[in-house]
Amino acid sequence: MTLIHTSSPHTGRPGHVGGVMRQVILATLPGLAALVWYFGWGPLVNVLWASVLALVFEAAVIKLRRRPVAFYLKDYSAVLTAVLLGLALPPYTPWWVTLVGMFVAIVLAKQLYGGLGQNPFNPAMVGYALLLIAFPVQMTQWAPPVSLSGDNPGLLATLKVIFELTPLPDAFTHATPLDTFKNKGALTQEELWAQVAGLKDSFGAWQAVSLAYLLGGLYLLVRRIITWHIPVAILFALFMVSGFFYGSDPSNFAPPLFHLTMGATMLGAFFIATDPATAATSNKGKLVYGFCIGLLIYIIRSWGNYPDAVAFAVLLMNLAVPFLDYYTRPRTYGHKKANKGIRG
Amino acid sequence: MSRIWSFQGGIHPPENKQQSLQQPLQPLSLPERLILPLQQNIGTPAVPRVNVGEKVLKGQCIADPGSHVSVFHHAPTSGTVSDIGMYPVPHASGMDALCIVIEPDGEERWAELEGIEDFRAASKKDVAEKIRVAGLAGMGGAGFPTDIKLHLSDDHIVTTLIANGVECEPYITADDTLMRARAEEVIGGLEIATHLIQPTHVLIGIEDNKPEAAMAINAAAARSPLDIEVVVVPTKYPSGGERQLIKLLTGVEVPHGQIPADIGIVVQNVGTLAAVYRAVHAGEPLISRITTLTGDAAERPGNYEVLLGTPVSHLLDEAGVDRERLSRLIMGGPMMGYTLDQPGVPLIKTSNCLIAGTQEEFPPAPPAQNCIRCGQCEQVCPASLLPQQLHWFAKGREFGKALDYNLMDCIECGACAYVCPSNIPLVQYYRFAKGEIRKEQVEQRKAEQARQRFEARQARLEQEKEEKARKRRERAEAAARAQTSRPQPAATNAGAQASDPEAQLKQLKTQAAVARTKLKKAQKALEQAEATGEGDSQALAAEVAAAQARSDALEKQLQQAQQQAQADPSKEPDLKALKVAAAVARTKVSKTEKALTEAEQKGAPSAEKLRDSLATLRAKADEAQRAFEEAERAAASGQEEDTASPALDIKALKTAAAVARTKLKKAQRALSDARETGDTEQIAEFEPQVRELEAQAEKAARALAEAEAAQPASPVEADLKALKSAAAIARTKVKKTEKALADAREKGLASADQLETALAGLRQKAADAERALQDAQPRAGAVEDA
Ligand code: SF4
Ligand code: SF4
Repeated sequence: MTLIHTSSPHTGRPGHVGGVMRQVILATLPGLAALVWYFGWGPLVNVLWASVLALVFEAAVIKLRRRPVAFYLKDYSAVLTAVLLGLALPPYTPWWVTLVGMFVAIVLAKQLYGGLGQNPFNPAMVGYALLLIAFPVQMTQWAPPVSLSGDNPGLLATLKVIFELTPLPDAFTHATPLDTFKNKGALTQEELWAQVAGLKDSFGAWQAVSLAYLLGGLYLLVRRIITWHIPVAILFALFMVSGFFYGSDPSNFAPPLFHLTMGATMLGAFFIATDPATAATSNKGKLVYGFCIGLLIYIIRSWGNYPDAVAFAVLLMNLAVPFLDYYTRPRTYGHKKANKGIRG
Repeated sequence: MSRIWSFQGGIHPPENKQQSLQQPLQPLSLPERLILPLQQNIGTPAVPRVNVGEKVLKGQCIADPGSHVSVFHHAPTSGTVSDIGMYPVPHASGMDALCIVIEPDGEERWAELEGIEDFRAASKKDVAEKIRVAGLAGMGGAGFPTDIKLHLSDDHIVTTLIANGVECEPYITADDTLMRARAEEVIGGLEIATHLIQPTHVLIGIEDNKPEAAMAINAAAARSPLDIEVVVVPTKYPSGGERQLIKLLTGVEVPHGQIPADIGIVVQNVGTLAAVYRAVHAGEPLISRITTLTGDAAERPGNYEVLLGTPVSHLLDEAGVDRERLSRLIMGGPMMGYTLDQPGVPLIKTSNCLIAGTQEEFPPAPPAQNCIRCGQCEQVCPASLLPQQLHWFAKGREFGKALDYNLMDCIECGACAYVCPSNIPLVQYYRFAKGEIRKEQVEQRKAEQARQRFEARQARLEQEKEEKARKRRERAEAAARAQTSRPQPAATNAGAQASDPEAQLKQLKTQAAVARTKLKKAQKALEQAEATGEGDSQALAAEVAAAQARSDALEKQLQQAQQQAQADPSKEPDLKALKVAAAVARTKVSKTEKALTEAEQKGAPSAEKLRDSLATLRAKADEAQRAFEEAERAAASGQEEDTASPALDIKALKTAAAVARTKLKKAQRALSDARETGDTEQIAEFEPQVRELEAQAEKAARALAEAEAAQPASPVEADLKALKSAAAIARTKVKKTEKALADAREKGLASADQLETALAGLRQKAADAERALQDAQPRAGAVEDA
């Protein structure tokens, strides 16, 4: 009998980082399934390809840093980054674009900062933002809903397109509703809906995808992997501000439901902004953080150069997190008020 | 049913309480020996009252409290004290401490016990005393002496008394068992506590996973004349933490830096209350307690009534613990308990649970991963801290930031570490950081004290210097006066000679010392340079040689001067040397006195030795004083009767009178102290002393008065001097206060305002003194002219 000498507590809740990450990956599956259902095999290929790249890059860097490779790969954080980026990419993104994106995400945005938990910026969004700036053409070619193009290119055809064995057929590109809205010019809402072919179809497809993300997000909430603060704050802010502008000029501004269900809103609110390493720390901070992201999404979408804005909004708020954290600390038990500011 | 509030955070770990609830409370056989640590609680260790070999009866007091925050200890059974020595005790660090070991004789002969029949008729003081002598200490946690908590001073008005029957830690069922088996005693103890502190509300908090205990307590409470509210709270860890329970039951938070009593709340563990009941009603001291033995390695887990001091191994054997499977032995619960390195340690007043865990039950913690800032820890922290930030700060040794994030409010409940998916031993980090911070604070305090001491010394030296300068001035003036009154060239010469060589000597001494230091420094530099091979060692060698030469030369000069000075037949140095010797002797005495009182206060063994040396020092000081006085007298008589001498005389007399007065005052104080403490021996010693000193003081005063009357010489002069020194003193005070004020301002201390007011007053005084001096000066001049 040798007695162990350790410090309390002596028990822990079963579960570890890998488990948490796997849960999050699991929760993205409904969204992925919806994307595949509505837009073909592209998103699945993207996700898998990105995952392979993520594991390779992560393993290489960890090896360089002389850390146990298996131990770190098992935390699934690289795979999660890959999944998130893969979901955000257009369905027929060329393979090398994904490669560049994953390199930036894993090597530059994550490992160079010291690895999991030390990175100030959301790796998937750093990768995405860089791609958007560097390869605007490839990054804005979204696929039409399968129901529109009529035929669903098979897995093999998709692979061929992505790995550039065959060129991207014209029928495989289509403006997203957010694009359409952005470029509507002088058209009013009513005219837009009446004139643009297929807008209704793709609107419906995007709504379904958003609902699927919402489902996954609720799962995370139930499993207490995320708290409600960030998603609710984002959706609330976006709803309020879009509601305000829509109310003031309904023919020119999109309705709140449009903003809540189009683009990466749901994905961002539940899966990207909630990335714990880069989000605000306290509950109070998370509310402010989420609210600002919601506002920024609307501002960039409405008056910025890019059709979607989740990546930039999240990255901008990542930048503000240290500051937010200093000013949104919880009130400790027995204290009259919370400490604020930078001290010590 | 009263309302229940909630506190932030908390977790729901698997309860694991059923294992130890399968059988009712059982007694434990008598172990071969009982080991009773003298310190079983926070505060100071107790002091043994028995000797090795002494026979003791069950319940007999064997150790007295070592201070206010300390408790009595009693023999848990009758037997013989077989040893008093260092034994391993239950402590997180696995240390040894002083213990009394008793070998039971198996007869269980009780000492005579006496309870209080009707505590309501007895005075609160008596009841509290009964609890005190029973050696009661909080049986739930830190083991704070119970009587202190129940016998508060009058400025603590208690509104709420809470009995803590929550027992929120997994595995532990000691309080549960106690409440089931002895609900009456718990309620009885509550009645006594109520009598003592007169709260307006009496509550018992019980978690809803103990329905049987709640039922028993409810039934007992219904029979009590008191209005006791039994509040069943939802199961959540750590509801049983004192501060959390208060929030839960009353909705208020104990403010940071305060104790519950400050906001009128007293919390007592139910086990303690049962012990209070026994102590007051039967006079039974705390010699046993209920301890849960559980864990997968135990064949017969359950609750046992154990005698305090029972070795853990005895309990393990009785409960059929499989030593092969036992891998972790936890004293306390799995969340906050600590592991024991060896089963030889005894069970003590605070030992509520012992977990004999197997490897499968308590697997070693998986390796820690990086913090992913998931915030789970924050969600469960009952103190609303940010555990992940605290972890960063502790890891990075950023203790200032950790403090700003209220690290010290962490109750080390372990909820954060429990949920952390990265398996980071968070609590360990906090303990480390807290320890470091406390160490730093202690060091800071020490440095502060050292600074104050240094400043005080500096001030004293300054004063002494001033005093010396004043004396020298006075002497010069006296000499000058002597010269004017009796213009003899010899006197001038003597005066000049007396002062000049002295100054020279002093200067030489300083120079020599400086040269020596320089030499030493140069030597050291040279050595270093040679050792490291850095720097220009040749140049350094030359420097050393030069310094050596200079030092030698000065030394020679000094020696010569000293010889000369000694050869100088003037009596003055003699007198001075004697005076210095007397002063030194006095200082030594007073220093030793101080050391002695300190030692006595601390009860240090060195007090005896100090007392001895004090006596010798006193004798020496007296001798030196006497020698000095004699020499002075001789010098005075040797001097011719001149106009200066009465002035000197008067001064000497004045000093003598003052000295006599001070001595008298001191003695009087000592006497009154002795009277207060009722130390007859000392009174007898001091009384004659005081009388003698009174006589002396009177004599001195009379002599002074006579001398003053006999001396027609100008009182103006004396006045002037007094005024001068008063003005000087006032100036110094102003300067000092100014410096202190600047300091305080710089540090932003609250005392700055106070200092400012004081400074204004001092400035006024200094101005007054200056004015008075200026007024007096022309007058004095006039008198002298006349
Ligand atoms: S629970 Fe652990 S991993 Fe999560 S934030 Fe807290 S310390 Fe970091
Ligand atoms: S151990 Fe300290 S920081 Fe962790 S949950 Fe408990 S009180 Fe909070």
